[in-house]
Amino acid sequence: MRTALVTRPINASALLAEVTSPACGATSLFLGTVRDMHDGRPVTGMEYTAYEAMAASELERIGAEAVARFDSPALVVEHRIGALGIGDVSVAIAVAHAHRAAALDATRYVIEALKQRVPIWKREHYADGTREWVDPTRPRAGAAS
Amino acid sequence: MNIPILLFASYAEAFGAASIELTLEPGATVTDLLDRVKAMAAGAVLPPAPLVAVNQCFAIPGQRIEPGDEVALIPPVAGG
Repeated sequence: MRTALVTRPINASALLAEVTSPACGATSLFLGTVRDMHDGRPVTGMEYTAYEAMAASELERIGAEAVARFDSPALVVEHRIGALGIGDVSVAIAVAHAHRAAALDATRYVIEALKQRVPIWKREHYADGTREWVDPTRPRAGAAS
Repeated sequence: MNIPILLFASYAEAFGAASIELTLEPGATVTDLLDRVKAMAAGAVLPPAPLVAVNQCFAIPGQRIEPGDEVALIPPVAGG
């Protein structure tokens, strides 16, 4: 198991290679990428920042929980911080296991826990030049509930 | 006791600083700390139940703060 905050581009193929082995019949890869639109507003880029020491340890706790809960899969998680462009990978989770259920369940567990608990924040840059911190707890005007 | 409080993202922006320092009574809890921060002008940015981390773990409201603790106010997280 390995988890990390990184400032360089995430190499998904390298993560897959890191977890895959002949003993694994299933490998799962989740990629979070920067979208060009948020609630109808054109987005030009995203800036990720973190409480780095806590984010690193919380990410490691989540990885360890997933390994313990889902029958010890091979698992790697990387979250990127810094300035990202549209389509850039912000988070990657690669999980390999003998069977698909553990690989898929562990992947889902990590991304959901990460979104709830890891102290990382992002500020969207919009086409009109404005910037805003994303707050998932506050529904935006006009957003579907 | 003087307790530095780390601020991030929208909170750092609202307070215009990466940290603030408060003087708290010995035995003060996370709730006491939040009451003090909310009383500040920039405290208006905080939600009703802000997240607080003590020594890099999420804290509960009644948790006591000790001298030397690393305390941080955590804005709503938005990773992924």
